Amino acid sequence: MLIHNRRHANLWTLLAPPAIWAIHFLLCYVAAAIACAKGGGPWVDLTTLRWVILGITIPALGLILVAGQQARRHWGFGTDDPPHDQATDEDRQHFLGYATLLLCALSFVSVIFVAMPAITIADCR
Amino acid sequence: MEQRTVTGRAMRAMPLAGLLTGCGGVQSALDPAGFEAEQVARLFWAMLIASGVIWVLVLGLASYAARRRGQPWSQQGASRLIVWAGAVVPTLLLAVLLFYGLRLMPELRAPGGPLRVHVEGEQFWWRVRYHPPGGAPVESANALVLPVGQRVEFSLSTRDVIHSFWVPALGGKMDMIPGRTNRLVLEPTRTGEFRGACAELCGASHALMAFTVRVVEPAEFEAWLAREAAPAAAVEPAAQAGEAAFLANGCGACHSVRGTAARGDIGPDLTHLASRPTIGAGILENSAENRAAFIARVDQIKPSARMPAYGTLPETEIAAIAAWLGTLR
Repeated sequence: MLIHNRRHANLWTLLAPPAIWAIHFLLCYVAAAIACAKGGGPWVDLTTLRWVILGITIPALGLILVAGQQARRHWGFGTDDPPHDQATDEDRQHFLGYATLLLCALSFVSVIFVAMPAITIADCR
Repeated sequence: MEQRTVTGRAMRAMPLAGLLTGCGGVQSALDPAGFEAEQVARLFWAMLIASGVIWVLVLGLASYAARRRGQPWSQQGASRLIVWAGAVVPTLLLAVLLFYGLRLMPELRAPGGPLRVHVEGEQFWWRVRYHPPGGAPVESANALVLPVGQRVEFSLSTRDVIHSFWVPALGGKMDMIPGRTNRLVLEPTRTGEFRGACAELCGASHALMAFTVRVVEPAEFEAWLAREAAPAAAVEPAAQAGEAAFLANGCGACHSVRGTAARGDIGPDLTHLASRPTIGAGILENSAENRAAFIARVDQIKPSARMPAYGTLPETEIAAIAAWLGTLR
C-alpha cells in the first residue's frame, strides 16, 4: 500500500495522490461500462452504479486527505518558505512534501470531477 | 484626406465583418434553430461574457501591478492572491461549468419522437432512410426534410471511413464510425432552410460532402414524406430519351429511380432528385447545366468519388439524361 504513515517523503509518497486519482478514474469508468454493457439486470442499474461510484469516491477522497496530512508533515507544516532548493536532506523533504501537498489538492478536485457525472447520468446514451 | 480616413476605417473593419458573417446564416451554431443548438449557444454566450469579464479583471490587475510603486506586497498577501485567484476561484468556476454541462446532457439525449431517420455516411454523400411510425422506410439522399417542433431520432452509421454528421443550426455533431450505430436527437424549433456538413476529414472530397436541411410544418412534412415514398412521376414524353440513355449506359447499376428499371444501391437514390435544392451532396445548385456537368466531369467536381466521369458520352445524351433527372419531382 502506498499510503501508510511514513517518516520520510520519497517518490512513492509523491506518486500516491495521482495514483489514487488514476485508480478511482479507472474503477468509475469500468463500473459504468459494465453497468451499461450489461444493463437491465437488477444489480447493474444506474442507481446501483451511483452508489458504487459513491462507494469508490469517498475512500479515494479519504486516502488523498490522509496523503495530504502526511505531506504537510513532510513539508514541516510550512515553517520554511519555498523554494526549498538547498542541497540538504531537510530541503529535499520539504520540497517533496510541498509538491505532494499540491498534487493532493489537484487529485482531490480531479476525483470529484470524475465522480460528478454520476449525479446527472440518466441513461447510458 | 477625409476620404482616405473613411476608407482606412472601412479597411480596418473588413476582417471584423468577415468574422461576423459566421454569426448567422444557414450553417451557424450562433444562429440556432434547434433545441440543442439554443442550449449550446446560450452556454457559449454566457462563457464568452464571463471570459471577457475575467480577461478585463486579469489585465486590469496586471496593469495595476505594473504601475504600482512603493511597498512591495508581503509574501503572505501574494501567496493568498495566487491561491484564491489562481486556484480556488478557477476550480469553482470549472466545477460550476462542468455541473451545468453534465446536467444539460440527459435533456439533450432524451429519446426522440416516433419518427426515426437513419443516415449513413458514404464517400462523399449521405444515404438517408426515413422510418415513419408504422410505415415502410422511405429512401432518400443528400437532403433532409424535418418537421418543426418534433424530436427526431437519428441513427448514424457508415461502412467506409469515419464521417461526422453536423447541422450546426440544429445541434451538435455526432461521428459516424464503421461498425457502430450512433444516435443523435435533433429538435428543430423554427422552419427554414439550413445546411449540414461532414465534420470529420473523410477523404479528398470531404469538404464537398454537405447536405441541405429543410424544416417545415408537421402537416407539410407528412405530405412531403408521402410524395417521397411514391415512385418517380411518370415520364414526360419529351424526357423519354433521357430515361432510355440513363438505363442504356448502366446508370441504374448504381442508382435507384423507383418506378423504373434502375435499382442500384451503390450511389444516391435519385427517385425525387428534382425536388432537392442541390446536387452532388449540397455542392451545386440543382440546374440542368449542373446536372450535365456532374455527369460529364464528376472526377473534377468531386475528386475520388466512386462515380466515373461520363464525358465520353455524346453531349446530346448527357443533356437528355440531365433533363430527365430534372423531371423526377
